[in-house]
Amino acid sequence: MNKAALNKALKRRYLKEKLFKGSAIFALLLAASFLIFFFTNMISQGVSALSQAEILVTVHYNEASAKSYRKAVDKAYRKIVSRGWLRTLPLYMEDHPELMGTSEEKWVLATSDVDQYLKGKPNRLKDKYKQQIDKLQEEGKVRLAFNVNFFTRGDSKMAELAGIKSAVIGSILVLFVTLVVALPIGVMTAIYLEEFAPDNKITQLIEVNINNLAAIPSILFGLLGLAIFINFFGVPRSSALVGGLTLALMTLPVIIITTRAALRAVPSTIREAAYGLGASRWQAVFHHVLPLALPGILTGSIIGLAQAMGETAPLLVIGMMAYIPDAPSSFTEAATVLPAQIFTWAGESIRAYEERTAAAILILVTVLLSMNAFAIWLRKRFEIRW
Amino acid sequence: MNILDATFYYCLIFLPVATLIGFVIKKRVQQAFHTTHWRSLPVHYAFYLALRIIIPAMVLFFSAAALHLLSLYTADGLGLFSLASVSSLASGFFAYQNIRPEFCARESVERIIRYILISAALISILTTIGIVVAVIFEAIHFFRIVSLLEFLTGTHWAPDDATEGNTSGMFGSIPIFAGTFMITLIAMLVAVPVGILSAVYMSEYASSRIRNIAKPALEILAGIPTVVYGFFAAITVSPLVVELADSIGLHADYTNALTPGIVMGVMIIPFISSLSDDVIRSVPRALRDASLALGTTNSETIIKIVLPTALPGIIAACLLGVSRALGETMIVVMAAGLRPNLTWNPLEGMTTVTVRIVDALTGDQAFDSPETLSAFGLGLVLLVITLMLNFVSIYVTRRFRSQYE
Repeated sequence: MNKAALNKALKRRYLKEKLFKGSAIFALLLAASFLIFFFTNMISQGVSALSQAEILVTVHYNEASAKSYRKAVDKAYRKIVSRGWLRTLPLYMEDHPELMGTSEEKWVLATSDVDQYLKGKPNRLKDKYKQQIDKLQEEGKVRLAFNVNFFTRGDSKMAELAGIKSAVIGSILVLFVTLVVALPIGVMTAIYLEEFAPDNKITQLIEVNINNLAAIPSILFGLLGLAIFINFFGVPRSSALVGGLTLALMTLPVIIITTRAALRAVPSTIREAAYGLGASRWQAVFHHVLPLALPGILTGSIIGLAQAMGETAPLLVIGMMAYIPDAPSSFTEAATVLPAQIFTWAGESIRAYEERTAAAILILVTVLLSMNAFAIWLRKRFEIRW
Repeated sequence: MNILDATFYYCLIFLPVATLIGFVIKKRVQQAFHTTHWRSLPVHYAFYLALRIIIPAMVLFFSAAALHLLSLYTADGLGLFSLASVSSLASGFFAYQNIRPEFCARESVERIIRYILISAALISILTTIGIVVAVIFEAIHFFRIVSLLEFLTGTHWAPDDATEGNTSGMFGSIPIFAGTFMITLIAMLVAVPVGILSAVYMSEYASSRIRNIAKPALEILAGIPTVVYGFFAAITVSPLVVELADSIGLHADYTNALTPGIVMGVMIIPFISSLSDDVIRSVPRALRDASLALGTTNSETIIKIVLPTALPGIIAACLLGVSRALGETMIVVMAAGLRPNLTWNPLEGMTTVTVRIVDALTGDQAFDSPETLSAFGLGLVLLVITLMLNFVSIYVTRRFRSQYE
């Protein structure tokens, strides 16, 4: 082969090298750009849910408005003031009898259409009311205030009143059940399998079983929860208890696997040193191995719990997508969780729910990512390299 | 007073009492420890006594709860509480007789703890068996109504029209599985190249600084809940796909298969890239050096040496991705269609197994209606496919793993 041909071949090979490297970078950038696109999209959609339209109106507290709440505001405002808010008035007047017969100027919640109109989003507000709102805006009688309701109220059929409080409390209850059930059983199982169980066929079978369990699609855990907990054991449907138990089954293999990995990472010299000083097997494990494996166990458990917290599919199957306006006060009451709330809001046809969905997503993702970040920090901070 | 209350009050009274007794015994043994030879440490005697007090009652409460849940027998709370208290006192009394220097408390405590650990392990294993048995059991109910052959070969799925007596021709699952595999295929077309190439870049080209940023960033993708991906697919990606198809003169449904496929692919990227990254990095340095020493370029080394060596692991990672895609629920529930549709066109709406399961179980059908039971039939097939994929991926890694040490 002469030199020219060789150079040509070499050039081609270098080009190929460049193309390959380029495509590898491109792939990574593609994934990264999706991430950026996703977050900017969610933030731009969700941020507007943090403010809510309010109108300055004169509220009349008198006999007429106690009987028919719509009469509390002047007729011109009845279509732009939230009906959900008006409905709370009679109760409010009962609690504050001294207000009877007076009237006051007050910032009150506007309907979701007014809210969407002010934010420049698609809405179904009639032109008549649009002009009215424009006029009120010139007079400074309309404002976008911080959306307190979003954090202090439960779900509502009226978008302007819908909040995430009951879903957040439901999530906490469900997660509590999951933690209480899955953590002790998972850690104890892992300790037994890793440190005490004889290495025979049965143990190996159990190992394969647990690994398989980790690969089973989450929705099948929902089927299990439905068939066993609800139909067989009669645990109340939609309750935080059945949700927590179902998610506990899902989290169990994650906790077992990570705990075993953490225990295995502790070198055998530690155990042997303990035996050498006359410790029994269980003393060696509980006094020496377990404390050293603790950061790893905690990390795995937090990651497992974060997974459980973001899970929706099995919970849909066991009925946790119910409409829950008030926060559940016990483990057996019907409850919903944040991801399920996101799912139900995403299915609403009223546009005002969309920004609330995005805002709820931002909150959920922030919580989950900080849980994961905390777990990773924990591992980095306390991990001992042997 | 129900069982739960009884358990609560028992714990309220006896847990502190047992702890207190434990401390007292520990103190007393400690005082006698220097004068006589005790077989175990003071703390073991304390634990022994405390555990002997608590355990019989716990067994009692557990069996009472099990009997109650199985609706065989509901114990009276007050009776249960007194029974538990008496058994605790009796067991504690007998255990107290054993607190002697020649008694090996440590062995007894360790035996008890061993049993506790074994029972925890048993619970974990029972759930694995339980999930399979529960799904199979309900699926058998379903296949009693609908023949398995018809279920696997029929092309018409219309559970709404099925009644108790007439189910023939209503439960053909082929269109559902076709939709599932179509969406899975699209997802893998996105995830496999992007995942593997990202892994190659991170492990072979990137400086450690870029790697330290890129790897966690990809893992963020794995940490996003699927319901969020579903919302994103339905609200943002689906209109984009429809617009794009319009602009090249094609018609696309809003529930097209392409949207959930792409988004699912993105969701699976981190699984594939992270696992492939580990496998690629475990290829020994010497192989790369030998190849580079022959004058190959980086890419030639990667394509001809590194990737073939890492192939079993990469295949296993991809199979894991496939089983994730098959079982993924929220993205398809929110962005794919409900209508079973047997077609090759990814721009048409089609449905998947998981969508049908959710749909069958969230309606207000009676639990033993054919439609509800069909969810378990579909679930069983999904379970079998997932387990098979899992076994194949374990087999591939074991059988073809290259041993370089």
